[in-house]
Amino acid sequence: MRTRALAVRIIRQFLRDKRTMALLFLAPLLVLTLMHFVFNGQTVKPDVGVAGIPSAVTAKVDPETARIVDYPDRKEAEEDLRDGKLDAVISIENGKPAILLEGTDPSMAKAVQLLLQKTLQADMLTVQPQISYLYGDEDLSSFDSFGPVLIGFFSFFFVFLLAGVSFLRERTTGTLERLLATPIRRSEVVAGYLLGFGLFTLAQATLIAWFSIRVLGIYMAGSVWLVLLINLLLTLTALTLGTLLSSYAGTEFQIIQFIPLVIVPQVFFSGLFNLEAMNPWLQKLSYVMPLYYGADAMRDIMLRGKGLAGIQVDIYVLLGFSVLFALLNVAALKKQRTI
Amino acid sequence: MGQSPAAENVPLVEIRGVSRRFGAKTVLDDVSLNVERGEIFGLLGPSGSGKTTLIKLITGIDKADEGTVRMFGETMPKLSLLQRYGYMAQSDALYQELTARENLRFFASLYGLAGSRREERIRAAMEIVDLNDHLNKTVSAYSGGMKRRLSLAISLLHEPELLILDEPTVGIDPVLRRSIWEELLALRDRGTSIVLTTHVMDEADKCDRIGLIRDGRLTAVDTPQGLKNRSGTDSIEQAFIVLGGGAPS
Repeated sequence: MRTRALAVRIIRQFLRDKRTMALLFLAPLLVLTLMHFVFNGQTVKPDVGVAGIPSAVTAKVDPETARIVDYPDRKEAEEDLRDGKLDAVISIENGKPAILLEGTDPSMAKAVQLLLQKTLQADMLTVQPQISYLYGDEDLSSFDSFGPVLIGFFSFFFVFLLAGVSFLRERTTGTLERLLATPIRRSEVVAGYLLGFGLFTLAQATLIAWFSIRVLGIYMAGSVWLVLLINLLLTLTALTLGTLLSSYAGTEFQIIQFIPLVIVPQVFFSGLFNLEAMNPWLQKLSYVMPLYYGADAMRDIMLRGKGLAGIQVDIYVLLGFSVLFALLNVAALKKQRTI
Repeated sequence: MGQSPAAENVPLVEIRGVSRRFGAKTVLDDVSLNVERGEIFGLLGPSGSGKTTLIKLITGIDKADEGTVRMFGETMPKLSLLQRYGYMAQSDALYQELTARENLRFFASLYGLAGSRREERIRAAMEIVDLNDHLNKTVSAYSGGMKRRLSLAISLLHEPELLILDEPTVGIDPVLRRSIWEELLALRDRGTSIVLTTHVMDEADKCDRIGLIRDGRLTAVDTPQGLKNRSGTDSIEQAFIVLGGGAPS
């Protein structure tokens, strides 16, 4: 009953605080929408200046993949390259083709090289390989690819922040001490927080998942229910971790200081970036990061269409993190009251 | 309230040789005192003297480094004892964004009150502090004095045998302070024991017994008249100066 009273109180406070509600529910949607527009699958289209290349060759370039500008003189083209109007200049030097790349953007440089390769090989290859996809399809954009990770990340990040700040505020305003001068158990305090916040995090997870799939049309191969489950588990981990760390913060500002320490490293190890080039023992760091498991499960569900059996390890690990952090929370409350 | 016959004879609160240190600083140094049933016991001392620390040891929120605190004959801290006293902290520990009623309901539930009994107790407690007309206001719209009174009402919700009040009248105007004192005296006459802290000398005069506390040491415990007699003075303030170890160090 005390747990329920605490949960009801947290829910009431939440409903009164419109700004926090907006942060919890609208901020993730806003950022996801922006991400969607930035990474909506449009491939980079380089501007290539050509000088002295026969028009028979340039005509082979698909206008969808690059914009070709013909220059009478190489010097003039290089001038435009310097001015930022071009991404590359292709010319003939000593009878061989030569490319001068702008060079500050690796993805652009790769696109130009790929374009050149395709154009040159077009004559040689007579048999085109048949391309098919194990998962996903040819229309899969980068947003589709890392969207599942982002959905998990936003749930994690905003809940971590809110839980940390509200638990801290309970301590600094003296209400936690007052609370602990009643016969409530420390475990009931933690359970009440889990229950009260859990309701909002469940709503948040549902909203984010619905918005990404229905409104932004993110690629979705698996079950929505599993997405919700993983999102809920991730937010429970964020909730317990946030309240736990807030025991070691004195002010709201110190909660913010946990972000580069606790949140940012998790982003790097969450699968947003390919870790294969990383030192193998450094890669193992991802095993202690809750977001890694959440992101892994989200990708398995949304991209690979895996079912419960395929993601059960992630589920157990996330549950384990939540239980561990919750128990540590109960122990950390001993700092406030010894029994 | 369901007390065993044996419990009748022991002091309500029994503090024996209690010391509390925070790092190198000794905040309480070998304090011993008893609070008897049915009295108002006042802890009088300047701010920083250790009053609040002693209150936290009595409530069981904090634990002594040395010595023991017993309440109703049982050693603190003990979870079941937390049900048996009402507590009002020095800072108003209220949820500002909630209404007074929501605050009261929340704390009442923590003390195990529910249903019509809970609503009844909320009305009764708010009647005592004369705030029944402001039940549905959010606490952030309350004045400082109203918040103090609401905190007091919360401590009265579960009709405890013992009230522990940390600076109950700080920031309250003289008229209201008098009405709160009348209420405290009435509560005592109905059998509630009260431990409170204050740094206002004329309030100390209204207590049945006073403990003078200074730099973490209890320098004297007696009735107001007893303290005046012992120091040969005619006011608590002068008695405090004489018995409290002379001029401020």
